[in-house]
Amino acid sequence: MPRPALHLAVEIDGDGAHPAAWRRAAHSPGELLTPRRLARVAAAAENAGFTLVTLDDSILPPGDGSAAESGPVGRIGAVERAAFAAASTSVLGVAPVVATTYAEPFHITSQLSTLDHVSAGRAGWVVGTEEDPAAARAWGRPLVEGADAIAREARDGLRVVRDLWDSWEDDAVIRSVATSRYLDRSRLHAIDFTGETYSVKGPSIVPRPPQGRPVVLAPAGLVPAGLADVALVGGATPAEVGEAAAAAGAPLAFAEIEVALDTPGATARERIADLERYTPWDGGRGRLRYSGSAAGLLDLLTELGGHVDGVRLHPLVLDEDLAVLSRLVLPELFARRIAARPLPGTTLRTSLGLPRPLSRFTTDGAATLVREETR
Amino acid sequence: MTRADLDGVPRPDAQLHFGVFVQGVNHWTIWSDPSSGSQIDPATFLRVARTAERGLFDAFFLGDGLRLRESEGGIHELDVAGRPDSITQLSALAAATERIGLVSTSNTTFNEPGDLARRLAGLDLLSGGRAGWNMVTTHNAWTGENFRRGGFLDHADRYRRAEEFLSVARAVWNGWAEGAVAGSTDARSWSVPDAVGRVRTRTDHFDVDLAPTLPRSAQGHPVIFQAGDSGDGRDFAARNADVIFSAHGDDFDDALAFAEDIRRRLRAAGRPEDALRILPGTEIVIGATEKEAEEKARWVRLQQVTPAVALGIASRLWGFDLSGRDADGPLPAEDPVVAAYDGKFGTRQLGETLDTVAEWRAKADANGWSLRETVIELGPQHGHVGTPAGLADTFARFARHGAVDGFNISPYLVPDGLDDIVELLVPELQERGVYRTSYTGTTLREHLGLAPVA
Repeated sequence: MPRPALHLAVEIDGDGAHPAAWRRAAHSPGELLTPRRLARVAAAAENAGFTLVTLDDSILPPGDGSAAESGPVGRIGAVERAAFAAASTSVLGVAPVVATTYAEPFHITSQLSTLDHVSAGRAGWVVGTEEDPAAARAWGRPLVEGADAIAREARDGLRVVRDLWDSWEDDAVIRSVATSRYLDRSRLHAIDFTGETYSVKGPSIVPRPPQGRPVVLAPAGLVPAGLADVALVGGATPAEVGEAAAAAGAPLAFAEIEVALDTPGATARERIADLERYTPWDGGRGRLRYSGSAAGLLDLLTELGGHVDGVRLHPLVLDEDLAVLSRLVLPELFARRIAARPLPGTTLRTSLGLPRPLSRFTTDGAATLVREETR
Repeated sequence: MTRADLDGVPRPDAQLHFGVFVQGVNHWTIWSDPSSGSQIDPATFLRVARTAERGLFDAFFLGDGLRLRESEGGIHELDVAGRPDSITQLSALAAATERIGLVSTSNTTFNEPGDLARRLAGLDLLSGGRAGWNMVTTHNAWTGENFRRGGFLDHADRYRRAEEFLSVARAVWNGWAEGAVAGSTDARSWSVPDAVGRVRTRTDHFDVDLAPTLPRSAQGHPVIFQAGDSGDGRDFAARNADVIFSAHGDDFDDALAFAEDIRRRLRAAGRPEDALRILPGTEIVIGATEKEAEEKARWVRLQQVTPAVALGIASRLWGFDLSGRDADGPLPAEDPVVAAYDGKFGTRQLGETLDTVAEWRAKADANGWSLRETVIELGPQHGHVGTPAGLADTFARFARHGAVDGFNISPYLVPDGLDDIVELLVPELQERGVYRTSYTGTTLREHLGLAPVA
């Protein structure tokens, strides 16, 4: 029987998708920045059956910085949170946002390779950008200005990171006592990347990640098709989302959906209205939005299953919506075989049905394939 | 030892602080032994960290290095190579350990302070105030080839950059006032108005303007570690660090002289003598008897310095390829060759090399050593060898006379190399009253007995 098609991801940054979500959180505001709270949300997502969580990030404080918003201005780095969450879960994929605009691709590679090692192959990466000029000042680096330049840094950064993941072939560590060699240096490769604005020598300082390459998720259109594993697509209707997915060109496409669900205490409409008293829920990101009953969301996800390979949910308020998703939505998706839980002991790539890539430097590819299949 | 025996001892109540240093890239970790585990599997790091925590260690350290080592025009392939990004690995260990400090070696030349300070602060919060930062500098263009900024910094400039870097990092860590976050979800805003400051810095190396995104941790901010044996390095530590690593921990007189020099520099910097913990790196080999310990140490050296490793070390000293020579034969008769310094690899001068080779030859001749034996005897790694009781006596003396505040131990076997130390040596130290019998604090700063952050 084929595995169900729809993969389930959930964004767990902050207190939820709404800028004022913190006001409906089940904890005091300061608790947001604690390991206990992070572990609790990661456990809730894992127990609900999500395949992966994503964690948004920026060097700038979350929110748009406007006085009217008055939301959280604190955030722990997404890579650090993802590594912590990976160590406190066992089957959940973890995908931090890391922006390529100012960070060093060499460091990004090491961080994500390490995340894949500490999670035994459950790492992903949401390719991000820093568009606000304030980020350049916070980094203390020259401004990268304009959509083209930002896209160039995303493309070059992604290429460098991918090549550095490949720079150690899978069996570069040979531990040959007979020859006294720990490494076979013929299986390590300088990448000699030269782009428009910088060059990187390589190889990586971290051995190849368990997945070969952690799963790369990117907003559709940001990077050349084929460089990402999962395109994140928007649209106002399921049909529009489907068109965007078909045009994305990546192996998989996930629909971005903001969700607000009816809870035992209040309807979705009431909950949104409560938060709108403080800040409007900006619909400018081009994402699908659903508010209403769990049954209605089930219908929407069932319909989307015909258009996309997965969804990334952005809950209005994590503490409220995750509970409903966990009790009413995901179990029914699994029961109807519209979606599946990740299986213990599998990598994120395996959960998503993606092959494990060979290093592009692998010279004896056929031989390596045979070894992998017989493992 | 009774209290009376401690009369006249400068520090009768001294306590030893232990760290474990998982170096990654190095040739002292024996990878060829069947009991040697993966050097990258998370289970390895977890096993070492949990063993150290069982042994009530202060800290678990990871090393850093931003380009794989090369020799003879290719990647150096005899030693352990490849290691995790330290802050990422330690963030995972924060979830799997309770008390032990988690120290990241992170470079000030190829990072930016706003970003790195934030990452370290995140580790500090996720671990409940257990983070440390071992500040290292790099000056060579060779490492710079992996980074956008590229780069070469001369020796003095890299410390200036490090000092400015630390000053920005401290400003980031101190950016939030106490109680900066509202106490309830009904508050006007998530943060208390004006409680979050901005950091605006313009120095020779940095032009930064940012809003810090994290509060202070349970220990204020990460503990600062620094290694560096040059005068500049020692002065840097005396001005800025909470803990200094050194290579002066094998010989009592040498360790004491180093400690006294550091205390002089602390006074000159206007800091109290007890503001800095001195933790030399060391390797510890334990046997049930002195003879057994010596035999084990001999075995360790032979595993670490295989004939190929000996020839590789000699090749780097002589400046040309010696592979294929007989490591069990005499030292090469040729004179060393040293390329003019081009800013790429290191700073060794021809004069230094000639002196080292002359010393090696003299000692090899006098003792009848082969090349391999010379490398074993004169190489940098020595450490301490003995029985648990004998080592405990030695270490208690070092601590009580102010020669060290503890040791940063590099196990020669990973992940099991700490087991002997935790099971056999720690109880002997506890019996002598020179080692804690339980953790008394929760933060790294408390473990080290450092004053709270102002």
